[in-house]
Amino acid sequence: MSSLNLTLRVWRQKGANGEGKFVDYRLNDVSTDSSFLEMIDLLNNDLESKGEEPIAFDHDCREGICGACSMFINGQPHGPERGTTACQLHMRSFEDGATIVIEPWRARPFPVIKDLVVDRSAFDRIIAAGGYISAKTGSAPDANAIPIAKQDADLAMDAATCIGCGACVAACKNASAMLFVSAKVSQFALLPQGRVERATRVRNMIDQMDTEGFGNCTNTGACEAECPKEISLANIARLNREWIRSNFVLG
Amino acid sequence: MILDSKAPTGPIEKSWDDHRFNLKLVNPANKRKYSIIVVGTGLAGASAAATLAELGYHVKSFCIQDSPRRAHSIAAQGGVNAAKNYPNDGDSVYRLFYDTVKGGDYRAREANVYRLAQVSNNIIDQCVAQGVPFAREYSGMLANRSFGGAQVSRTFYAKGQTGQQLLLGAYSALMRQVHEGRVDLYPRTEMLDVVVEDGKARGIITRDVVTGKVESHAGHAVCLATGGYSNAFFLSTNAMACNVTAAYRAYKRGAFFANPCFTQIHPTCIPVAGEHQSKLTLMSESLRNDGRVWVPKERGDKRRPTSIPEGERDYYLERRYPSFGNLVPRDVASRAAKAVCDEGRGVGHSGLAVYLDFADAIKRDGRAAIEARYGNLFHMYAKITGEDPYSTPMRIFPAPHYTMGGLWVDYNLMSTIPGLFVLGEANFSDHGANRLGASALMQGLADGYFVIPYTIGPYLDSLARDNDMGLNPDAAAFKTTQKEATDRITKMMNINGKQTVDDFHKKLGRIMWDNCGMSREAEGLKGAIEQIPKLREEFWNDVSVTGTPGEFNQVLEKAGRVADFLEFGELMCRDALTREESCGGHFREEHQTEENEARRDDENFTHVAAWEHKGDDQEPTRHQEALEFEYVKLTQRSYK
Repeated sequence: MSSLNLTLRVWRQKGANGEGKFVDYRLNDVSTDSSFLEMIDLLNNDLESKGEEPIAFDHDCREGICGACSMFINGQPHGPERGTTACQLHMRSFEDGATIVIEPWRARPFPVIKDLVVDRSAFDRIIAAGGYISAKTGSAPDANAIPIAKQDADLAMDAATCIGCGACVAACKNASAMLFVSAKVSQFALLPQGRVERATRVRNMIDQMDTEGFGNCTNTGACEAECPKEISLANIARLNREWIRSNFVLG
Repeated sequence: MILDSKAPTGPIEKSWDDHRFNLKLVNPANKRKYSIIVVGTGLAGASAAATLAELGYHVKSFCIQDSPRRAHSIAAQGGVNAAKNYPNDGDSVYRLFYDTVKGGDYRAREANVYRLAQVSNNIIDQCVAQGVPFAREYSGMLANRSFGGAQVSRTFYAKGQTGQQLLLGAYSALMRQVHEGRVDLYPRTEMLDVVVEDGKARGIITRDVVTGKVESHAGHAVCLATGGYSNAFFLSTNAMACNVTAAYRAYKRGAFFANPCFTQIHPTCIPVAGEHQSKLTLMSESLRNDGRVWVPKERGDKRRPTSIPEGERDYYLERRYPSFGNLVPRDVASRAAKAVCDEGRGVGHSGLAVYLDFADAIKRDGRAAIEARYGNLFHMYAKITGEDPYSTPMRIFPAPHYTMGGLWVDYNLMSTIPGLFVLGEANFSDHGANRLGASALMQGLADGYFVIPYTIGPYLDSLARDNDMGLNPDAAAFKTTQKEATDRITKMMNINGKQTVDDFHKKLGRIMWDNCGMSREAEGLKGAIEQIPKLREEFWNDVSVTGTPGEFNQVLEKAGRVADFLEFGELMCRDALTREESCGGHFREEHQTEENEARRDDENFTHVAAWEHKGDDQEPTRHQEALEFEYVKLTQRSYK
């Protein structure tokens, strides 16, 4: 185990309407075994013991699955490692003496609440608009009544892996939520249970996505490259197909 | 006070059906007149909120995360049990019931557990209908695997992300109801207290963590689905925000707290790496299906694991428990790991770890097969430790993970405060003194989808009959409780001490882990009961809570939770001290067999201990609910 001395350049913003700015902090003796968020804990503990306000940031499970953590690290959502959330990023990925720049997600539909914390409730509203199968509790047939080809189930699972962190939006020059929406639409479009409502689902979710102010997809692929769960761009193709299909069904 | 479990009598196979038939129904047209508060949006909370709304009730759903989808159920990995018997290997509702009662070391209510086993099958049906992408066979049928402590394959799974997929299913059902206008959603909102008036739960006090605004919410019933309290240990596998506040506040308002010392220390977690550590990471115990647990035979053997020849390894679980081997239940596996480390045979730089080795499985099934089964777990392990588990054994060590204890509830999931219901991990429920793998998801969803929607009916109906339907968030009880919550925040903000909230949390965690952790003895527990109040006093004199109360203030949030842990930890120790036996996850040094196995005392402790708060300056009272076993015969658990 070795340790690092670092300079952290962190976005500080008092509240949604406050003006933000970068503030530099020196932080010494950071264990290379610690996670990125534990490194921020260390800084925050220093700040708190001096009576200063710590850096606000969203985090919870610290296992890469809840999707709470959301920060730009040196210009990349969740930092430099592929397929890794900020909480799973470890300090052994950084060099001694480095300056690390930390910012919140930057996208209009994700307004800053404070420092690195943003409001991602737009994602919840997109799900509320149609990201479900309307199966009331108690109405289900036996679980094995409808066989599902393993390859379809596996593809649905790959899409369902999305943790809703918003890195795709943050990475996209258009702040598009297409990867997020396509993951949910794909999951259900691949399963027989999801096909009943497929046309209205895709229509309603896309309408909500537009209402929230997310941009369109221009096939850059930054979302896929930065997605900590490596959700495939092929889902966006499926989303487009589903949407076109819905136009024939719904007119 | 006599604790009436309201558990039905008569043939156990019929008891839930009979009970449901006898429950008062709420007329469909009247349902919309009721407003139900559900706190927490994990598996239990989200499924309850969605289902109650589907039935026509008006629901207010609260969570502390920015989205209900982030509740800690999301981190559950391994799977969910059900008695489907699809693999045709001899499973049945009765066997799942039997295994769960036995696995819990005979400290759970039979009727509850039977019901859980019965509805387990409905859960799988429901989740599949929602589009949960469970693993499947090439036939298109659902796949199953065996899981810690079970000799049948009854666990349904979605890669190593079963909790995530089940939660997203419940979350999507919840969001559908939000869209329909039947659920009002309050994310980033923390419950600070429960409001009790005329002996009934009338609502809750909350703080909007973005604006700092403290508010009152009235409801005809309050359901707490606020999870467990493993974070009392500071280091645990629980998410950072998991806390005991909602449950503990309810306890202080009159809800009894049952078996607080029943905590589960999970055997397969990534060991502590250093002082910087903020939490521990679980590696699903499904890994024990293929991994073999071992330590060197010689103490202090510092060779690399791959350099230690087969003959110099001690596969101690296979040696001690030949019939269950690496699949012994969690409590047994954890204690065995502690025992070999205590002997000085632990591995890694701390000496507090054992190996979990996949070399044989990879040789047998090929790397691709192992990758397909555990890819995401191996990936996570490599991220955290910087080691490649395909080429070198994992190092694992037990860590606090789940709490079987919780608020006491009757068969209807109602606490000792009428109108206050408790669901999921937050209640003391169905797992007795030890929970079997893949049973937490089952219980959370059972409570939310298939139990509370029925069992809440009679209470709601009684309100109408008693002409007690008013909702009045301006009533005196709300005003007083809200003022108390606000005063507490003000008091905390004004301490301006020198130590951080985490400093205190770490100190408490140390006391709890050393004295009320994997093994406990009277001296240590008595010491902890003396130390904790001192630490509490220090907290209230020297903690530093920065910022202001009227804004997004994560330090203040944390301070409130740690303040409650500082009281609750003492209750855990008291319960551990008074339970003079070893059972399940509760191991008392004084009560063990010559082979170091847990020794139960069925004569004196076949009961639930339910604690009643008597005031801040008084010791709590220990009540007992006797447990009767008509179907499962009490035996010394043996996995040999």
